[in-house]
Amino acid sequence: MSTATQRDPIGWLALPAVAYLGLVYALPLVFLLARSVTGPEGFTLQLFGQFFADPYSWRVIWNTLRIALLTTLVCLLIGFPVAIAMARAKGLMQVALLVAIILPLSIGVVVKAFAWQIVLRRDGVVSQFLVGTGIWSEPQRLLFTETGLVMGAANVFLPFMILPIYSVVKLIDPRLSEAGATLGASPLYRFRRIFLPLTLPGLVSGIAFVFSMSVSMFVIPSLLIGDRFQMLATLTGRSFLLMRNEALGSTTAVVLLVMAVSIVVASSWLAKRLGGSQ
Amino acid sequence: MTAIERVASALVWAIALFAIVFLLTPLVVTVAVSFGSSAVFTLPPPGWSMRWYNQLPATRGLWPSLATSLQIATLSTLVSLVLGTLCAIALVRGRFAGRDAIATFLVSPLMLPGLVVGIAMLQGFKAVGLREAWPSLLVAHVVITMPYVVRTVLAALSLFDFTLIDAARTLGCSYGKALRKVMVPALAPAFLTSAMFAFLASMDNYPISIFFTDAWTKTLPIQMLQFVEERPDPVIAAISAGLILLAVIALIIGDRLVGLRRLADF
Repeated sequence: MSTATQRDPIGWLALPAVAYLGLVYALPLVFLLARSVTGPEGFTLQLFGQFFADPYSWRVIWNTLRIALLTTLVCLLIGFPVAIAMARAKGLMQVALLVAIILPLSIGVVVKAFAWQIVLRRDGVVSQFLVGTGIWSEPQRLLFTETGLVMGAANVFLPFMILPIYSVVKLIDPRLSEAGATLGASPLYRFRRIFLPLTLPGLVSGIAFVFSMSVSMFVIPSLLIGDRFQMLATLTGRSFLLMRNEALGSTTAVVLLVMAVSIVVASSWLAKRLGGSQ
Repeated sequence: MTAIERVASALVWAIALFAIVFLLTPLVVTVAVSFGSSAVFTLPPPGWSMRWYNQLPATRGLWPSLATSLQIATLSTLVSLVLGTLCAIALVRGRFAGRDAIATFLVSPLMLPGLVVGIAMLQGFKAVGLREAWPSLLVAHVVITMPYVVRTVLAALSLFDFTLIDAARTLGCSYGKALRKVMVPALAPAFLTSAMFAFLASMDNYPISIFFTDAWTKTLPIQMLQFVEERPDPVIAAISAGLILLAVIALIIGDRLVGLRRLADF
């Protein structure tokens, strides 16, 4: 059997996987989108009109964006230095960093969110630590607060900030900075003009990962802040699982989907413009 | 080194140490609570005991959900390995248009909100009359596991030197034997790590599974969240500690196979 003479039969090997995901995953998503803009008389944006006319919806959207932005910011402030440390670390420190980042990645979100329920209690380790160091005068409960939610979410998503930044930082040639120093550039100038531009693609993809995961998180807010504080994903879940309100659930699901897709598209466009490798 | 650089460097290491503690805190706390004698999560525990582990065998709903999760994770990983590897071969060896688009499409379930994908599938499955929980879970979980296989096997295959197969055939191997003796061993680490991550992703999935469970068929994360809501006690910590142990074993295997640094490649 000669494969060279035929016109690329090996391409057909892609068919089963593509057909499977097309039928089981892409087609239902298209139907979800189509149904959300279809009424009894054909095309309509009525469901979205209703949704966006309700002030409560705007509060939910604002909750979602605010928590996602704060979570992303916390992850960036911790993740950027950690990625730099990881690229420089040797020996035990490197192993410790790698284990601390990779191990939580293979543990389910239910396990971690449950652990944070314990950590954020009034007698939990965070409260004990802050009272012990004198920052707080008395123990406080962080569970069911926005601060607690951001802490838990940042903890779960931090590896997704660190790893993309690390993947570009480790490729930066240290001689570039030395060359800058030889030419009289100050450390701050070298960071801003040499280091930062080179890490930008990693920063963009890390921010996009964490932001889109924070926008669509469901288990973490369910366990760490409860029903009184709704985000788009928790409202979507509740509409389907508890309230049996499929119209509302489909609408919020589509809003969430559009947000997530825009983040992915915008970040990959930005990464390409910045000349990133991924 | 100037003063600014020294301060910056000290800050970087301090934050790195903080991050190690921060990232490992939930795991350490869970394990500590699971071995504690206190029922109200006091830390440090007043005494150590195995009482929560002793309750595991009699915990209602735990073992059936674990069995369901293991079955679904194993089968969906196997299906994804076959379909994903075939597709990766096509993408690396084929010369047709849209290969990048196909790769992005197959990895995209990772990037979309799980809940939305779950809702779409729920409605899709209903439309074609698929209502039973177990087959629905299996069909849905192949979508969850596929991205891990495609991503890792694709990366490994694009580094594989296909002329080695021609070399083996020149030396008298049949085509099948050449694949078995040359390509499969070279790709074995990729198969194992992708299978491991796919398996764990399926075992841990909540937002998609929640739409395909009923009173009798639940996956472990669904059952665990139900425990958390119904009766939060350290038995859940004991189950969690078991899952953490599983992750530690997976990490050690991953380290032996490809090394920790390669696991961090993103």
